[in-house]
Amino acid sequence: MKKRTFKEWLKQWDQGEFDLDRGEAEALHYRPETQEKDDDSWAHRPVRGLREGEYTLFVKVYPFAALLLASVMIFFFMRTVAELPPFASACTPANQSEVIRRYIENGLTETGAVNIVAGVILDYRAFDTLGESHVLFTAATAVFILMLAGEAEPEDKRTRRILEADTVLSVTARVLFPLIVMFGFYVILCGHLGPGGGFSGGAVIGGGLILCSMAFGPERISRLINMKTYRGVVLCALLFYSIAKCYSFYCGAHHLETVFSPGTPGMIFSAGLILPLNIAVGLVVACTMYGFYSLFTRGTV
Amino acid sequence: MLQLLWESRIQAVAVLLFAVGFTTLLLHRNLIKKVIGLNIMDTAAYLFLTSIGYIPGRLSPIVADGVTDMEAYVNPLPAGLVLTGIVVSVSVTAVMLSLTLRLYRRYHTLNLDEIYRLVYAEQEDV
Repeated sequence: MKKRTFKEWLKQWDQGEFDLDRGEAEALHYRPETQEKDDDSWAHRPVRGLREGEYTLFVKVYPFAALLLASVMIFFFMRTVAELPPFASACTPANQSEVIRRYIENGLTETGAVNIVAGVILDYRAFDTLGESHVLFTAATAVFILMLAGEAEPEDKRTRRILEADTVLSVTARVLFPLIVMFGFYVILCGHLGPGGGFSGGAVIGGGLILCSMAFGPERISRLINMKTYRGVVLCALLFYSIAKCYSFYCGAHHLETVFSPGTPGMIFSAGLILPLNIAVGLVVACTMYGFYSLFTRGTV
Repeated sequence: MLQLLWESRIQAVAVLLFAVGFTTLLLHRNLIKKVIGLNIMDTAAYLFLTSIGYIPGRLSPIVADGVTDMEAYVNPLPAGLVLTGIVVSVSVTAVMLSLTLRLYRRYHTLNLDEIYRLVYAEQEDV
């Protein structure tokens, strides 16, 4: 590919052809059997199960029906909103219930987490978060199946060449990557002491891995995260989460003492299971974020 | 009714945002724009939930100076629910985008009508 000047780039960007040569794109996507069909023959063709007249009627009516449906929905929603208690009032049922009172007043002593939200999602409602991690894992599995099955698309090398030749990107990534990963680990490890937790910290680390993969090529990351380590890490983390929560549910239901104590609130090793669970969730989220990026750009991890 | 709507204005804005996402989802024929519309609807749901839990003048639910008084903090429960919603929305978006990518690889278009036409043409050929 010949080198382009900045002006040419700008012109192409202006025409919406930032990363594809028009000729190359056409060569890639040219399919004679669909291109050669004359264009007005299909317009009168019925779509599955609809006859010709019905289809044109459908096309004409659809936007109006959609707008009507949306406005009816807004009308009923607005009526409901008007019935709701006024915004920012403290004495609504949702803000006064005994559940909230228990979470705030006893949360510190019962869970040991300074961050009440972390105590709620990883201790009182840990079952919910377990399901959430499994939703993420199931989605990742579905994306894996969809992207890995079937014919493999030849990898598009153009974007990668552009990214790897970018000095600004590589220098920035070299400086920022350690800081981003360090901040991500900080957010995960201090999830019970302040704002943060497994999901946000995992997303930060995943973003750092994506930046590194963009700047230095995915081969470097695949030494760290490949299919095998991804499976190992995610399965171990979810299994640990399930076993740990089974244990604490079992003990809680039978009024037994658990070996995990809330400890001294405010210390790093406190809050019982919340810190290990945050680490498990953070690993799952970081690996899944990077896995999504890698699957969508390269078709493999 | 307008007075009542003004009193719960943030929720009304959330409903409008939801409607924007919903019409984007319904009216656009481009599959990527449909995904964007669904994400706007998710965002409206988060705005609604957080606005329910917000109480002015109170701190975020992170215990400061050992104060565990209910009057000191905002409602911690909507934050947990929004977290669940964000994770589910990310998962759904990823699955939808991968399905879209598979469709694009097969039909080389993102327009839903075009895809319908190509599917029909395939069926006719068989």
